[in-house]
Amino acid sequence: MTTKPEPVNGTAPVRRVRSGTSGGRQRLVQWTFVLPMVVFLLLFFCYPVLRNLTMSFQEWTVASFYEGGSPFVGLDNYVELVTDPIFGTAVLNTVLFTVGSLAPQFAIGLGLAVFFQRRFPLSGALRGLLLLPWLLPLVVSGAVFRWIYDEGFGALNQLLLGLHLISDPVPWLSSTRYALLSAIIANVWVGVPFNLVILHSGLQAVPGSLYEAAALDGAGPWQRFRHITLPLLRPVIAIVLMLGLIYTLKVFDVIMILTGGGPANASETLTTWSFALSFEEFDFGQGAAVGNILIVIALVFALFYLRSIRDTFRSRGGRG
Amino acid sequence: MALTLVTSGCAGGVSSRPPDVVVELDHYTSAEASRQFRSVLDRCAERFGLRIRRQNVPVDQLMPKVLRDATAHSLPDLLFVDNPDLKTVAETGALTELGQYGLSGEGYFPGIVEAGKYRGELYGLAPGVNGLALFYNRTVFERAGLEPPETWRELRATAEALTNGSTHGIAFSAIASEEGAWQFEPFLWSNGGELDELDSRKSVEALRFWSGLVEDGLASRSVVNWNQNDVIDRFTSGHATMMINGSWALSSLDESGTDYGIVPLPTPSTGTPPVVPLGGEIGAIPETTPERQRDAARVLGCLLERDNMLDWTTDHAYVPARTNVAEQYARERPVMEPFVEEVATGRARTAELGPRYREVSQALADAIQATIAGSTSPRQALRRAARVAETAD
Repeated sequence: MTTKPEPVNGTAPVRRVRSGTSGGRQRLVQWTFVLPMVVFLLLFFCYPVLRNLTMSFQEWTVASFYEGGSPFVGLDNYVELVTDPIFGTAVLNTVLFTVGSLAPQFAIGLGLAVFFQRRFPLSGALRGLLLLPWLLPLVVSGAVFRWIYDEGFGALNQLLLGLHLISDPVPWLSSTRYALLSAIIANVWVGVPFNLVILHSGLQAVPGSLYEAAALDGAGPWQRFRHITLPLLRPVIAIVLMLGLIYTLKVFDVIMILTGGGPANASETLTTWSFALSFEEFDFGQGAAVGNILIVIALVFALFYLRSIRDTFRSRGGRG
Repeated sequence: MALTLVTSGCAGGVSSRPPDVVVELDHYTSAEASRQFRSVLDRCAERFGLRIRRQNVPVDQLMPKVLRDATAHSLPDLLFVDNPDLKTVAETGALTELGQYGLSGEGYFPGIVEAGKYRGELYGLAPGVNGLALFYNRTVFERAGLEPPETWRELRATAEALTNGSTHGIAFSAIASEEGAWQFEPFLWSNGGELDELDSRKSVEALRFWSGLVEDGLASRSVVNWNQNDVIDRFTSGHATMMINGSWALSSLDESGTDYGIVPLPTPSTGTPPVVPLGGEIGAIPETTPERQRDAARVLGCLLERDNMLDWTTDHAYVPARTNVAEQYARERPVMEPFVEEVATGRARTAELGPRYREVSQALADAIQATIAGSTSPRQALRRAARVAETAD
């Protein structure tokens, strides 16, 4: 966008003089193009977000729904949340889940992307197959993982027992110790294709001549990766990590299907907790408050993301 | 995020309806139960020249839908909710008292009338109720020469004898929701524990027994993730020799071909009947217009008549909610006898706590999970639950 040449100062007023009366109509036409988007954003974005904000300052009981009375209680909902013992667990789990998902997703995705950079028979087909986890509805993957993790008959325990890696079946989903880990593993599997696709397309943009030149200069594979691939891939990496982070923060279905946040809140994250508060305990005020906390966190990272994009384009524009 | 769901669902679309239509809402989603319920409803509607427009949602979405409809003042004319939720709905002020339509709880099991009351007034009546009992695999029991257990001690001993490799002696649900609490409640109550004193010695003892079944390997650790349908699957596939479940399981069991027997739930000592919570859905009439309320009341009244009640409960494998109908029913269907027996002493889950029950049952389910899946002791877990129960509003 910013690479487009800026209009030279002075042309704008000239045009305005020339167009005269038709300028107003033109502006009107421009606005009619923008209007549907503005209406959409106001209705489906601004209204819910604002309503969520006001809801979090109100006390909601089941009676509020029919009679409409939901008194303003200030920060009470937030205070109650923060003092709730589940709050700490949910925050910690959200951090562990996000970092634990993101790091392996990225590492595996990058590894595979570099691997598929070479052309070999069936590489296209294999890459296509690797997209499968992304294409499957999460409900389906979740249900399959439930079977895989089953303590008695699950494929995972059978495999580990068969290889003599464990002596007793591991209660993947039914122990507070493993539940979060199990959810993370499933989510990594779901997220690898996203990383693979974006990083792989980023790699396509790296000119092959650079590798050839480096190889002539005697650079080994690690050095080529370290000094050519990584620096040139940096903007793409930033985007993948930022988007991945925001996606992972709001992951809901995988956890809900696998463990429902349990057992004993062991895999409760802010998203599942928000759902539980609103739709199981019908405390919509507190549910909305948790939602707002999530929005703020996502917003902070979104700002980082926007900034990194801007810097990327600026540095590219500068270079060009 | 929560809110988009709430606000977007308001257009329930009941405003433009012909006068002879009664809108009904329930959660009988299984094909079989759904069809049977429909046929009884239609029969009743026909008698008054009415038509039924039926809304049918999964059980966990029923209450969110009811609250959403309440916001938009577009509640159905006739509503069937899980009985512990009735007081919650009544609390919103959206329901009408049933006495004004000439409906009363006379001749019904006291537990179910209690569940239908809010602040002393009757807001809901059920055609049928259900409860929990112990199912056992008759083939395995006969081969092992065992008798179905009657006491807790016998239950443990039998389960121990039947646990072998990947086959567990017993299966139950300890999922982190009402379902998990409801399965534990008969053990809590039969031992003298109470929902409003969860940290009492009796309550702790009951939970220790419950979690001990898992700790000692007599039940799978996966019980914390199983709902009651998962429990049926384990039982029919032969991976559990006994299970705790309700009468709705009968049709799946008959389909699977498993040879099973049913006995009342074991109690701490012989001779005392188990105290089970009453299950099942309860019919209520939301505030709409006088004509529509009258029509809904006619349909509900018709459902509660002897013959319709018998038909409906036979199809659903529920126990008729009226005592004399239940007696006849037990004679005709001996397999249901343990359930009929239990319902007589069955308790309404919301009897002491009213709408607060919801929060307390969640705290109890969490305590069960913390004990079975975590490393919290029963006493610690229940003490925490009791604190939550105290502050519940």
